[in-house]
Amino acid sequence: MNFVALRMLTGDRAKYFGLVFAIAFCTFLLENQTTIFANIMKRTASQILDVTDAEVWVMDPQTEYWEQTKALKDTDLTRVRGVPGVRWAVRLFKGSPVARTVDGKFAVSFLIGLDDATLAGAPRKMILGSWDRLREPDSVIVDKAGYVLLFPDEPLTLGRTLEMNDHRVTIVGISDAAAPFASLPVMHTRYSEAINFLGRERTQLSFIIARPEAGVSPSALTARIREHTGLRARTTQEFMWDCIRYYLQHTGIPVNFGITIVVALVVGAVVAGQTFYLFTIENLKQFGALKAIGITNVRLIGMILLQAFTAGALGFSLGTGMAATFFEIFLHKLATRGIVLMWQCVALTGACIFFVVIVASVLSIRRVLVLEPAAVFRG
Amino acid sequence: MGLTTSDGAGVSCRNVRKRFGSGEATVEALRGVDFETRFGELSFLVGPSGCGKTTLISIIAGLLDRSGGELSVLGTNVDELSQRERVLFRRENLGFIFQQFNLLPALTAAENVAVPLIASGTARRRAVDRAADLLSQLGLANRLNALPATLSGGQQQRVAIARALIHEPRLVVCDEPTAALDHASGEAVMELLSANAVRPGRTVIVVTHDSRVFHYAHSIAHMDDGRIVKVTRPTRTREQNESTDRTSVLQESYA
Repeated sequence: MNFVALRMLTGDRAKYFGLVFAIAFCTFLLENQTTIFANIMKRTASQILDVTDAEVWVMDPQTEYWEQTKALKDTDLTRVRGVPGVRWAVRLFKGSPVARTVDGKFAVSFLIGLDDATLAGAPRKMILGSWDRLREPDSVIVDKAGYVLLFPDEPLTLGRTLEMNDHRVTIVGISDAAAPFASLPVMHTRYSEAINFLGRERTQLSFIIARPEAGVSPSALTARIREHTGLRARTTQEFMWDCIRYYLQHTGIPVNFGITIVVALVVGAVVAGQTFYLFTIENLKQFGALKAIGITNVRLIGMILLQAFTAGALGFSLGTGMAATFFEIFLHKLATRGIVLMWQCVALTGACIFFVVIVASVLSIRRVLVLEPAAVFRG
Repeated sequence: MGLTTSDGAGVSCRNVRKRFGSGEATVEALRGVDFETRFGELSFLVGPSGCGKTTLISIIAGLLDRSGGELSVLGTNVDELSQRERVLFRRENLGFIFQQFNLLPALTAAENVAVPLIASGTARRRAVDRAADLLSQLGLANRLNALPATLSGGQQQRVAIARALIHEPRLVVCDEPTAALDHASGEAVMELLSANAVRPGRTVIVVTHDSRVFHYAHSIAHMDDGRIVKVTRPTRTREQNESTDRTSVLQESYA
């Protein structure tokens, strides 16, 4: 009877396409909103994830996330290096100076100061130039989005100058840094240059980044560093989640997106569920005739579930395709760069759609099971 | 106590009762119906609207439970069957023809006819081939792949007849098979039903208001207010039926 079920499903094209598109719309809405939310949250840790050289981050115990740091003492670096299992540890500076162009355009920037000797933490994805040129005096690497912000409608060229805290700096490279949470230029320079550009304070050391020796896991090393120095040590993944959690707990972003996602879920679920429910109800007479003919309830349940899962799978696939296309289009825009359809969001949406289809099926099945086959005689 | 079917009886009802609702809202649809059909005969069940005809055939077909009385269908006491056995009994032994045809709109004529066979486990292709043969015998050889919506009322009822007969049931239940058709189509449908459904070992029950087709019946059970009030064997010819207006025939029947 499977072919009968599928023909009943696809027989009325208008109803069939309405049902499939309702589920596709629900899928698109859910995947779109959850993906944007997840990617924006991930942006809070973009600069952490961009530092692919290090696996361990050490910071003052009061530092909760990337944006707000309490400086470490210079001696902390030596203490960290002395912890067993540390392969190497170098300093990393993070500040927010104002960068000005000669035309007077300016922007607050993320300035990351890298260890002078090793340049550990330098951007590895370069669009123009080389990170090795940071060894030149007064040099910075700026990310593409920051460059476009400071020099709108101008081609990407090296050698342009900026002014930072009365210092003239030269752009020696343009990187493809991951988009930060706030739309600010991301600049890299050497540690010694960075503290000049910001103005000297008594302590400047924002982070120490480190890598464990072979055979020592990052989490084991973070535990040792905490034990030996009393400093806060986190693996890259842990620090990323610290930042995400901070924004979730201290900003209205999750509430805002949460409401949108709930609305998307409710609207999508109601539209998709009701469409399928009505589809079955409109076919009650046909199910009644099949019951009268002698189709068992088990067979009818199988038919309804087959219809539900077919429509659900088609709608989900179509919606996922729409969402993937949407993100593919916007992936290349500067403002939305790096926002990709995450498999976790696809899985979550799939689970939601599955749940909606199950609920709608159960409600529909209930109506079919309680249907008196004698009703078919009533016209 | 089991019910013994009298010799040759396809269906036997004794004092069958059916109540709907409870308390003050109780409606007694059947008030002790005694009804019997014989194998090889076309039995008509006639009467005014609301007299209980549809309720009675629903009970006979196992689509509705009765409130009292005894019922034997094709020699089987349906009370002894479980719900699932009743469904399987219905699938194997009963064929249905509905007033509104109740064809599946998404299936072709041949596929609609094949449904009872497919439900019984026959391979789809084989079932559709057999359905095509039967439809050809009923004059629809050129409409096998037509969807119900593209068929006339008479053609749809012929498809419904084929669907009711494809699995060679021993009891065929027809509910107002000519009600949705014009006179010519109704006559054609009754001709087909009479020629194809009536067989030794099979009994056919037709519920109808249409007095113009009474001459097809071997027996006519007249119902009123939940009871069989009279059983007659028609003597009128088709010509007599056609020359008399419907109201007068009904009045004559119910007198």
